[in-house]
Amino acid sequence: MTPPGSILIVGASAAGLSTAEALRRHGYEGRLTLLDAEPHLPYDRPPLSKQVLAGLWEPAKARLRSPAQLEALGARFVRGDRAVALDAGTRSATTASGRVLSADAVVIATGLTSRRLPGQDGLAGVHTLRGLDDALTLRTHLAGARRLVVVGEGVLGAEIAATARGLGLDVTLAGLGHTLLGDQVGDVIGALLGRLHTARGVRLRLGAAVESLSGENGRVTGVRLATGDPLPADAVVVAVGSRPATGWLAGSGLTLGDGVECDTRCRAAEGVYAVGDVAAFEHEGLGRRLRLENRTNATEQAQVVAANLLGADRPYTPIPYFWTDQYDVKLQMHGLPAPDAELSVTEGDPEQGRFAAVYREGGEITGVLGWNMPKQARVLRQRSLGAWQRSQPLSSA
Amino acid sequence: MKVTVDEDKCCGAGQCVLLAPEVFDQREEDGIVLLLDAEPGPDQHALVREAAAVCPAAAIEVTEDA
Repeated sequence: MTPPGSILIVGASAAGLSTAEALRRHGYEGRLTLLDAEPHLPYDRPPLSKQVLAGLWEPAKARLRSPAQLEALGARFVRGDRAVALDAGTRSATTASGRVLSADAVVIATGLTSRRLPGQDGLAGVHTLRGLDDALTLRTHLAGARRLVVVGEGVLGAEIAATARGLGLDVTLAGLGHTLLGDQVGDVIGALLGRLHTARGVRLRLGAAVESLSGENGRVTGVRLATGDPLPADAVVVAVGSRPATGWLAGSGLTLGDGVECDTRCRAAEGVYAVGDVAAFEHEGLGRRLRLENRTNATEQAQVVAANLLGADRPYTPIPYFWTDQYDVKLQMHGLPAPDAELSVTEGDPEQGRFAAVYREGGEITGVLGWNMPKQARVLRQRSLGAWQRSQPLSSA
Repeated sequence: MKVTVDEDKCCGAGQCVLLAPEVFDQREEDGIVLLLDAEPGPDQHALVREAAAVCPAAAIEVTEDA
């Protein structure tokens, strides 16, 4: 197959940038354009809720690559201009400023948009955290705030609560779920995380729906739970999940479900691929459609998309993985266990704050967790979770 | 080829070890990257480049010989 003469990548964060790098690494010499809505050089998102929010890292440290490395890519970067439409048939994208960018192949890497609460817009002091500017705005606000309410018991909400406690704020975390990260790690580990937060002084209001945001004179004063309880705050973070950023693809001709629907090769249409948080791909090993919102998925999927753009025929069959750092705990999760999977500790001791565990469903190991045991968890993953990938023929790019 | 790692950025995912176990390992106590070979031989180059590419903390830097 002749590689496409030109490739347009929409979204220049981890997934989009990694795709560009992988293309060049595999010898692609065609024209490469990266379009991004943000004006910043590509930066990494996991540190935003931790090191950047805590003020431990200046924003430049969260850059994915140095300006010299970006320069060496030999790509055209179009920054600060949002894609507003795509024609999948002609592979041309239109931007907010009216540019029309066409290419022989298009890669969609537009990531996620944070969900918001009704009444959030127009109320000062209510934040979401998705981008660098969000993190810096929140950091500035927290420096002068006393009481923070975090809405959302997922990874992002829990990390922000932990960081804010480290900054000395009074923190309450409210969430619909009954345990922290319950959907990702199950109730047993979720309860352990809850104990950790409580011990550090965070008030947890779990299993609690937020009814509304309260405000006075355009400024937030707290949130009200469905139980009627008010939670006063001078800062509120809304971390109630995200949706794939596909609004600009309406009318593109692509199939949009929970993300851009693609096949096992991450292909959404002839010459159109999706990568990262926005891509809903068929996982051949698991036999179902998946969309993964985690950092490793961005770079791993990029390798496969780049290879397939250059004529390979590789299925994307990742072992899902995420990590989260909260206080002095480093949590690593490999696999995709159901919330009711049976957990057993295989190494270490939860009471000592250091252990590895496996999740079993019907006798089969479907997840591996490390609690301050990253290496041991990775070794367990190699022993226990290879099957999804081993069954796949390995073809190189 | 020269390889450098940034321990401060490393998140302990171990993706590098999965790809290139002859060049990378992880510390037992906290999972942070251990660079076993800062100037790996040619048979390792493709794996090391891929490890740097997929590192979820952008903590691996590869300098190619001029």
